[in-house]
Amino acid sequence: MEEGKPITKNVDWMVVLIYIACLGIGWVNIYAAVYNPETHSSIFDLSNNAGKQLMWIGTTFILIICILVIDYKFYETFSFIIYAIVIFLLVVVLFAGSNINGSRSWIKFGAISLQPAQFANLAVSLAISKYLSDPAISLTRKLKDYYPILGIIALPSFLILLSNETGSMLVFASFAIILYREGMPGFIPAIGIVSAALLIISLLYNSWYIAGAIIFIAGIVIWVMPVMTRRRGGLMATVLIAFVMISIVFGVDFFMNNVLQKHQRGRIMVLLDPDSDPRGIGWNVIQSKIAIGSGGFTGKGFLQGTQTKFDFVPEQSTDFIFCTVGEEHGFVGTAVVVSLFILLISRLVVLAERQRSRFARVYGYCVAGIFFFHFLVNVGMTIGLMPVIGIPLPFFSYGGSSLWSFSVLLFIFLKIDAQRPFTLSRG
Amino acid sequence: MLENRRFVIIGFFALIGFIYLFRLFYLQVLDESYSIESSSNSIKRVIEVPFRGQIYDRNGKLIVYNTPVYDLLVTPYKVKVDDTLRFCRVLGIEKREFDSLITAASAYSRVKPSLFLRQLSKEDFASIQDIMVDYSGFEFAKSSMRTYKGATLANTLGYVSEISKKQLEKQEEPYYRQSDYIGQTGIEKIYENELRGKRGTKFVMQNVSGVYKGAWKGGELDTMAVAGANLYSGIDIDIQQYADSLMMNKVGSVVAIEPKTGQIISMVSAPTYDPNFLATRHFSKNYTALYRNPYKPLFNRPVMASYRPGSTFKLIQALIGLQEGVITPNSGFTHANCPIGCHNHPGTPTVALGVTHSCNPYFYNVFRRIIYNNKISNTFKASAAGLDVWHDRISKFGIGQQLGIDLPSERKGNLPDKKYYDKIYGENRWKFSNIYSLSIGEGEILITPLKMANVAAIIANRGYYYTPHVIHSVGESRTVNPDFTVRHETGVAPHNFEPVIEGMVGAVEGGTARRSKVEGIEIAGKTGTSQNKRGMDHSIFIAFAPVDDPKIAIAVFVENAGAGGSAAAPIANLIIEKYLTRKITNKALEERIMKADFMKNVILPAPPKPVAKDTVKRRQGIPMAPLEKPIPSEINWFKRF
Repeated sequence: MEEGKPITKNVDWMVVLIYIACLGIGWVNIYAAVYNPETHSSIFDLSNNAGKQLMWIGTTFILIICILVIDYKFYETFSFIIYAIVIFLLVVVLFAGSNINGSRSWIKFGAISLQPAQFANLAVSLAISKYLSDPAISLTRKLKDYYPILGIIALPSFLILLSNETGSMLVFASFAIILYREGMPGFIPAIGIVSAALLIISLLYNSWYIAGAIIFIAGIVIWVMPVMTRRRGGLMATVLIAFVMISIVFGVDFFMNNVLQKHQRGRIMVLLDPDSDPRGIGWNVIQSKIAIGSGGFTGKGFLQGTQTKFDFVPEQSTDFIFCTVGEEHGFVGTAVVVSLFILLISRLVVLAERQRSRFARVYGYCVAGIFFFHFLVNVGMTIGLMPVIGIPLPFFSYGGSSLWSFSVLLFIFLKIDAQRPFTLSRG
Repeated sequence: MLENRRFVIIGFFALIGFIYLFRLFYLQVLDESYSIESSSNSIKRVIEVPFRGQIYDRNGKLIVYNTPVYDLLVTPYKVKVDDTLRFCRVLGIEKREFDSLITAASAYSRVKPSLFLRQLSKEDFASIQDIMVDYSGFEFAKSSMRTYKGATLANTLGYVSEISKKQLEKQEEPYYRQSDYIGQTGIEKIYENELRGKRGTKFVMQNVSGVYKGAWKGGELDTMAVAGANLYSGIDIDIQQYADSLMMNKVGSVVAIEPKTGQIISMVSAPTYDPNFLATRHFSKNYTALYRNPYKPLFNRPVMASYRPGSTFKLIQALIGLQEGVITPNSGFTHANCPIGCHNHPGTPTVALGVTHSCNPYFYNVFRRIIYNNKISNTFKASAAGLDVWHDRISKFGIGQQLGIDLPSERKGNLPDKKYYDKIYGENRWKFSNIYSLSIGEGEILITPLKMANVAAIIANRGYYYTPHVIHSVGESRTVNPDFTVRHETGVAPHNFEPVIEGMVGAVEGGTARRSKVEGIEIAGKTGTSQNKRGMDHSIFIAFAPVDDPKIAIAVFVENAGAGGSAAAPIANLIIEKYLTRKITNKALEERIMKADFMKNVILPAPPKPVAKDTVKRRQGIPMAPLEKPIPSEINWFKRF
């Protein structure tokens, strides 16, 4: 293949098709979510979210063309500059931002409002990729190489936190995936997952039972362990780990009962058991589960959803758009959406692995990780498996900023990927 | 090899994907608790209450119907009333009331409509409808109110009211819900299942605040409400109201039957009341007042009050005597050897004259012959055997039985048999001399007015009857209850009726009821005077007319009004004349009867306290109101007591 062949030849059409499918399904479901049977507004009516979303989709296509036209080297070269611009915008928004829904995170350009926090993902991805593209950096051996990465993440996190957009900040957790891929020791994510599990378990069950269970398991481990290992201090290590775990369990218990106020405790408990506060914080989760559950296997039919339409489910066209899919198209619909996401993310990993430059690979993983995290949390909260954190479902949720940022994120990678045949391996 | 970590990563993605798919499958397919019926709170079942069936009289006139009324609903958050005072003036309420109604409605819900004013009449609605356009937040909802044709037929028709807690718990299949209306007595109760119709169910969508958002699935799953079936009665409402007016200031009953069909033409239970007062929201207050009334207007006398039939019973004695062959039409008896006294009257050499003059010794002898019409020499055993035969014969007339009329609480009365006297006197320790009072309808025998009217119908038909009934057919298909088309034979041959009817005609022409005879109509009648423990005799009269082609059979009971000829006979004959000719020739009689007040003779049971005061009141000519509390001014109580 030669340079100069149309980009259409080299772009990964599978990802593009999934992308278009997601946009289409999302748009139709936004229409269904805001559809009012009394007024019969059209899907093209610009006064409702569906019409507006169509406008956003249109502008997104222009944006995509721009990205595909710009030279692929631009992104690597200007990574830190893009990062700097976004940081600048995040600072600006703190002082000049318009207050929408209690968070001061929007910048108004005439009629259009943008949320810089949505572009922080892009900026951080580019910055981390650029940083890791230096072959001298090793995450396996040198602890000090982690510090710049932590810095790259911490700065926007802090700014986003100040503007009250906790959800967007949590997305940075997704960079754990690329760090793991690039050499972070496996025990770190393992400890993270185990701690999270332990935390949840200790909130749900009596601490003494958990402690008993841990001691029991530790006992089995020691008993099964080969004698050789036992002598070498494996015994000590096991006892130590068990002790730490039990300490965490009782620590959580103590923290919950003695440090937190009653209402704070309620907020945490409701994440685990929405029924404990069905009219308050639990409401969203219960209503969302009812909406999805009432869809059955094949759903109530297009525009026939009632739970989502009549305000039982909050934020129907943005954060809880998945409910509309579940209610109107049933398990068939939700399975299609879940499959599309898993397929997209897996395909992105495959694409990332075939990159010749480390920059491209890291960036690809960042994109995959960001999409995965959004999918994990957004869909998880609608089915009661994740706490309610206000982050959108990529390509589905209504909103210009999120659609633009996700599309830009994705198509920069597709552009770089399309140029792969002409890139020399540097990593 | 770090490249291999991609498998861990993709594996992790896939794992999460599977967990989510499984969770979704569980939520959407396996877990039934999220199905539409059980937990979908956006779809609400709305019950549509159908119109209750209407009731027509024999001439197609409506006697029970539903009046459209309008409930005014308010949705607090939409309310915009610029000039509250004008608004209140239009609705006829006070500012204070307005404020408290709005507050109450807001407390219930600010976005859902709630009741503001109930049951506005069509006229009220028409007068305020235009003005209401100026005020937002208010809307009218159609509703209906059961309406009766004034103070008539109250106990026959019954009334509907909100279902009681007890009834709710007792219902066999769960149909009624709280605040549903149900027929409580009379026709409304007996025909409840036909009248109530079929409730409709609508599925409507509502938003999170309960605001209506249209039909669900375009109304695909809705069922239409089906209006209740109309009932067609044999009542002649004009005659009914005329009979009511004759029974004013009297306690008693009138039952008129069409002999050929058993249809009830008129049924008066005096004193009566206006059933409309039990159909309104003032039900409990009004019901209590009726319940406490010492004249017991809620007591349905035609089917529930039992009286000694007195001389009217002689007709049956004569018929049975003739049928048993113990007398012939030409048998005669004198006053000799009879323990019962008699009044001064011409001789009674025939059955007909015995009836005409209502001779007590005559029927003493007839009854004696019936009882001893066997070859048993022991008078005790002979009496017992004779009474059994007599009892069987009388039972055929429906006496001592439930006739099976379509009204609740029909009483059997009392027709004594061998067992009955054995219980009182002991077996073989009583004989004719203990029971001879029965011969003239006194003693232990008790009959309801309905059954006496039925006896008149039997005689009119010369031997048979159809079960008396108020409703002859139901619904558009005019479905007829098969029980009401069975011809009940009494076992008395038609020719045996002739001498008795001849005597009845004589009684009206020149006998005990001669003072109320009607020119131009041949009426057969028989007076009765029922002795009782509570003051003056009850006045009884049964009759039918015209003799050759009977169109009406009637029984009139007036409590404590004296002899049968004085009150009951004129009432019966006026009703007969009105029914057959639609006019009254003897206006003087009509006026006298309407004015006659026999109520003052009625000895009321001991307290409730206010009785004495009330009696005084009534004697002063104030329309009866024996109530503890003053009558609310807006309620025009009983027609006249």
